[in-house]
Amino acid sequence: MKILKLSFIFLFIFSLSSLWASNEDRSSKITKNLRCLICQGQSVYDSDSEFAISIKALVEKKLKEGFSENQIYDFFKKKYGDWILYDPNLNKNTYMLWLLPILMFLIGGAIIGKTFIIKKK
Amino acid sequence: MKNKLLPIFITSIFIIIFIFFYKGLQTSNIYTPQVKINNKIPSFSSELFFKGKTINSSDLFKLDQFYLLNIWSSWCVPCRQEHPLLMNLGKNNNIELIGINYKDTKINAKNFLSELGNPYRTIIFDKKGVNAIEWGAYGVPESFLIKDGIIIKRYIGPLNQKLFNEINHLIK
Repeated sequence: MKILKLSFIFLFIFSLSSLWASNEDRSSKITKNLRCLICQGQSVYDSDSEFAISIKALVEKKLKEGFSENQIYDFFKKKYGDWILYDPNLNKNTYMLWLLPILMFLIGGAIIGKTFIIKKK
Repeated sequence: MKNKLLPIFITSIFIIIFIFFYKGLQTSNIYTPQVKINNKIPSFSSELFFKGKTINSSDLFKLDQFYLLNIWSSWCVPCRQEHPLLMNLGKNNNIELIGINYKDTKINAKNFLSELGNPYRTIIFDKKGVNAIEWGAYGVPESFLIKDGIIIKRYIGPLNQKLFNEINHLIK
C-alpha cells in the first residue's frame, strides 16, 4: 500500500514537472516567433527590454489559462498587427513573399528543362 | 518566334522581381504603430492601486463617457513632463482619467502622486506590465482616448500642449 502511495505521489510530481517543462518550451517557441517591436532585429525571446519582459509574462499567463499557440499568436496579431509575427500568414500583403520562391523555382525549372530538352534533341 | 519569346518573358519576369524588391527597399523597416485604431477596449481583470482589490474592465468604463487611459510610472521621466497636462485634463468634467501604473513600486508611485498630484479617478496597479500589453501598449507613457467602449485614438509617448488641445477639442 505504501509503495502504491509513493508511486502515485512520484507520478503526480513527475506529470506536474513535465507539464511545467512543456509550457516553458512552448513559451520559448512562441516568444522566438514574436518580434520585439521596440528593438532592432530582436525577437521577444532574445530581448531584455521592459516591453519584451512584459510580453513574456503575458505569454506565460495565457499558456497557464489554457490558450493554444495559435490563439496566442492571434491575440498579439490583433493587438500589434501582423508585423509582430516572424512567420507571417498568407494574406494580401504577404502573398508575394510566399509565391515568389515557388514562381522562381517553376520558371528556373522550366528554363533548365527546356535547355536540357533542346540540347538532347 | 518561340525562341524570341522566351528571353523576353525571362527578362520581364526579372524586371518585375527587381521592381518588387526595389520598392521593398524604399519602405521603412522601422515599425510605426497605428494611431487611429477604433478597437474595442480589451477585457481584463486587474488590481486596483489603492484598494488592492481586483476589478474587471467592464466595471471601469461606462458608455457615453470619454476616458483617457494613461500608462505611467514613477521611474519614467517623460511621465513627469506630461503630468501637469494630465492634471489640467483631470479638471475637465467631460473626461475621466484612468491610470495604469506600469512596473512600479507602490511607495515610489505614491511619492510621485503626492509630489505632482493625482489626476486619475482610478489607478490600476500593473506590476508585471501585463495589463499594458493587453492594451497593445509599447511602453510608458502612452494614452488611449476611449468613448463608448471603443479606443478612438492612441498617443504614444508623452502628451504635449498640441495633443492636449486636440484631446480637449475631441471631447467637446
